[in-house]
Amino acid sequence: MLQTKLCNIKLKNPTILASGILGVTKESIGRIGKSGAGAVTLKSLCHEERLGNANPAMFSDDGAFLNAVGLPGQGIDSAVKEFQRLDNLSVPVIGSIYGYRIKQFGIVAKKMASLKPSMIEVDISCPHLDYGKPYYADTQLTAEVTKVVKKNAGRIPVSIKLSPNVYDIKEIAHAAEKAGADAITAINTATAMAIDVDARKPVLANKIGGLSGPALKPIALRCVYEIYETVKIPIIGTGGVTYGKDALEMIMAGSTCVGIGSGIYYRGIGIFKKVCDEMEAWMRKNKVKSLKEIRGCAHD
Amino acid sequence: MMEIGRVVQEARGIKSFFFKNYINCKPGQFVMVWLPGVDEKPMAVSYWKKNEFAFTSSAIGNFTKALNMLKKGDKVGIRGPYGNSFSLKQNACVVGGGVGMASVSALIDALKNPVVINGARSKEHLIYRKRYKNKNMIVTTDDGSYGRKGFTTAALDEVLLKNKTIRIVYVCGPEIMIKNVLEICNKHRIECEASLERYMSCGFGICGKCMINDRILCIDGPIFNSRQISKLSEFGKFARLKSGKKVTIKEYHSVNA
Ligand SMILES: Cc1cc2nc3c(=O)[nH]c(=O)nc-3n(C[C@H](O)[C@H](O)[C@H](O)COP(=O)(O)O)c2cc1C
Repeated sequence: MLQTKLCNIKLKNPTILASGILGVTKESIGRIGKSGAGAVTLKSLCHEERLGNANPAMFSDDGAFLNAVGLPGQGIDSAVKEFQRLDNLSVPVIGSIYGYRIKQFGIVAKKMASLKPSMIEVDISCPHLDYGKPYYADTQLTAEVTKVVKKNAGRIPVSIKLSPNVYDIKEIAHAAEKAGADAITAINTATAMAIDVDARKPVLANKIGGLSGPALKPIALRCVYEIYETVKIPIIGTGGVTYGKDALEMIMAGSTCVGIGSGIYYRGIGIFKKVCDEMEAWMRKNKVKSLKEIRGCAHD
Repeated sequence: MMEIGRVVQEARGIKSFFFKNYINCKPGQFVMVWLPGVDEKPMAVSYWKKNEFAFTSSAIGNFTKALNMLKKGDKVGIRGPYGNSFSLKQNACVVGGGVGMASVSALIDALKNPVVINGARSKEHLIYRKRYKNKNMIVTTDDGSYGRKGFTTAALDEVLLKNKTIRIVYVCGPEIMIKNVLEICNKHRIECEASLERYMSCGFGICGKCMINDRILCIDGPIFNSRQISKLSEFGKFARLKSGKKVTIKEYHSVNA
């Protein structure tokens, strides 16, 4: 009922662990896979080891989840040693990469490709890292990064992960597609802040962070809806998916798969199976046999 | 944020911070303590009553040094408690090494007459000596400056040889000590639960930094039993740095110290 094809990858269901939530170690992949995710995205890796920002790096207040982890990571070289290969695990794995400079995107992509992930996702959209240039906010830069990664990824499909922190996400998605992207992941977090009234200071050590979780969903839906009207390549709709109903909304807005990250905070690692069960229950009740029938149905 | 009600000096560089607040907490759980502008770190709840709790901190790094400057009336951010808890079985022997005692002390208070083995490098590093003076407590110091000279493990081996009523051992301390305690327990065929430590950031199972094999220490742990630990090939050997990089326990401690 839920089988989904993303580019050339066959998934048992459309739920995908979003980048940056668990997904740091090789053994966490198996754990998330066993818990029911259709695919697992690794925490983004770049050309060097990074400690990330000071703590508190995460905060949650009801439906709003904030983080400013600052892209900590062991670096691609160390990760290549730890992971060895990504094509022989129990679930399809998406390798997430980024760099500071355009050239570095290419170098990291090539090393990631050597691990044979099912897909390479390019994080051009992290809101709390100074790239020097905001790759996510400029059609020209998005296109350049896409081309460099495509050139180094060989036959592995490439998804470009977009940010909602732009004036027009449609033109960015269009630029990525034109430059050869095989898919779009939308969206990363929206820049945000939390203040503690007792401390009279921002909670996050980095002051500004990224908003995810239920509070992000309406923005994510709008972005997916707009992108679906602009490009033909598949979309991994991400942002606030917590219940089966949220996943169905994403698919109706036009996404092929749904990313789930902060949802783990609200419902535990079992969230993938729960969301799938809830989707199936709705589909049975409404006599929908496959997700194809409802994909993009919210559009005129 | 919560206001510090009182501060108790437990040993050289080691203090307990008390809060007149209720938290719904079980023995073995921890809270995340935030010092605005400094850092946020996990701290085991070391005293727990209906309307008061405390954690015990040893001034080692930046954060704990800043923490140990705080006084009654100062405020710190507290979230949690997080993590799983000890099983609370009776006829227990509880072993604490150094400030690891703080992770098993709420447990000691919740048990009926446990045998307590409290070990430290020397007398001035020893905590809770007065707190547990009425308990069945064996104190060991590495240098013999107080109690028995030697390690907690030697004392445990003797206790388990002599006292056949003991059914479970609870332990927290340096990982090498926990490893040795587990071996002694296995030799005597006695169940053991240990509180483990890894670098932690979120405390609620999202960031994936505290993983030990496929276990997420902050939500699956910090308490693991002998059977669970026997499946953790990284136990006693590897830990992850703040970046997520896997290194030897020795390197981990040299960086995190
Ligand atoms: C703690 C945390 C860390 C994240 N790290 C990354 C990252 O390294 N790379 C990335 O592309 N997105 C990262 N994200 C963004 C998520 O992948 C996702 O796009 C966003 O959180 C929205 O989805 P959600 O509401 O399901 O969490 C992170 C999100 C969180 C909460």
